[in-house]
Amino acid sequence: MLNLNAFFVGLIFGLGLIISGMTNPAKVLGFLDLAGAWDPSLAFVMGGAILIGSGSFALAKKRKRSFLGAAMKIPSTTRLDKRLVLGSLTFGVGWGIAGFCPGPAIVSAAAGEPKAWLFVVAMCVGMALYSLIELRHK
Amino acid sequence: MNLSDFTHNAYFASLSGGLLIGLAAAMLVLLNGRIAGISGILGGLTQAKKGDKSWRILFLLGLVTAPFVYRISFGLPAVTIEAENIALIIAGLLVGIGTRYASGCTSGHGVCGISRGSLRSIVATLTFMTAGFITVYLTRHLLGL
Repeated sequence: MLNLNAFFVGLIFGLGLIISGMTNPAKVLGFLDLAGAWDPSLAFVMGGAILIGSGSFALAKKRKRSFLGAAMKIPSTTRLDKRLVLGSLTFGVGWGIAGFCPGPAIVSAAAGEPKAWLFVVAMCVGMALYSLIELRHK
Repeated sequence: MNLSDFTHNAYFASLSGGLLIGLAAAMLVLLNGRIAGISGILGGLTQAKKGDKSWRILFLLGLVTAPFVYRISFGLPAVTIEAENIALIIAGLLVGIGTRYASGCTSGHGVCGISRGSLRSIVATLTFMTAGFITVYLTRHLLGL
C-alpha cells in the first residue's frame, strides 16, 4: 500500500509540475527575472501547494503514525547552519542558470528533452559527489 | 470552459498545478509519513536502508510516468530550454550538490517545509530564491548572456 501510494503521489506531483509551468525553464527564468519582463504567475504554484500543505502538515504533526500505520518521518532539526545557507545559495545559482530544479528536470528528461537529460545526469553526479565527500568525513 | 481555456491562463494553470503538488505532498505525509522532497528522495536513494528504498523508487517511477499520462491526455506543453549545454552541466552539478547540503530543494523546503512552518525551510527558500533572482539579474542584465 505504501509503495502504491508513493507511485500515485509521484504521478500527481509530476502532473502538477507540468500543469503549473514549472517544467518550462523559460517560464521559471521569467519568474526569476525581476528586472526584466517579470512573470509572477509561478508564485501561485507555491501558494497553491502551501494552501493544501499547511492543513495537512498540521494534521500530520499531531499523529504518532500515518493513516497507513507508517512511522512519521518529519525532520526535527531546527539548527540554522552554514550547510543550509551555503547549500541553498549553491542550489539557487544553479536554478538561476538553467531554470531547472530537481523535480521539473526529472519530469522534462522523462518527456524526452535531451537538454534536461544533460542537467539530470550532472545533478546526479553532484549528489554522488556530496555522498562521497560526506562518507569520507564519517 | 474546457481544460485548454483553463490552462491557457497562466495564473489558473500555476494555481491548479500548485494545488496538485500540495495534494501529493499531503498524501505522502498523511499516508506514508514522509516528506515529498525530490532531492531528498532521489539523493537519499543510495544511502537508504533496506525497506526504505522501494517507496523512493516507486515515487520516482510515478514522477517519470507523469509526462506520458499528460501527453496521451492533453499533449505536452512546449518547453524552451535556453541554456547552453555547458551551462546546463554546471547548473546540474550546483543543484545536485547544493540541494544535498541544504537537505532540500523547492519541494522539500519550499512546499513541505514552509507548510509545516519550519524556520530552516523558510531560510532555505528565501536563500535559494534570492540566489536565483541575483543569478538571473547577473546573467541577463549585467553580462547579457
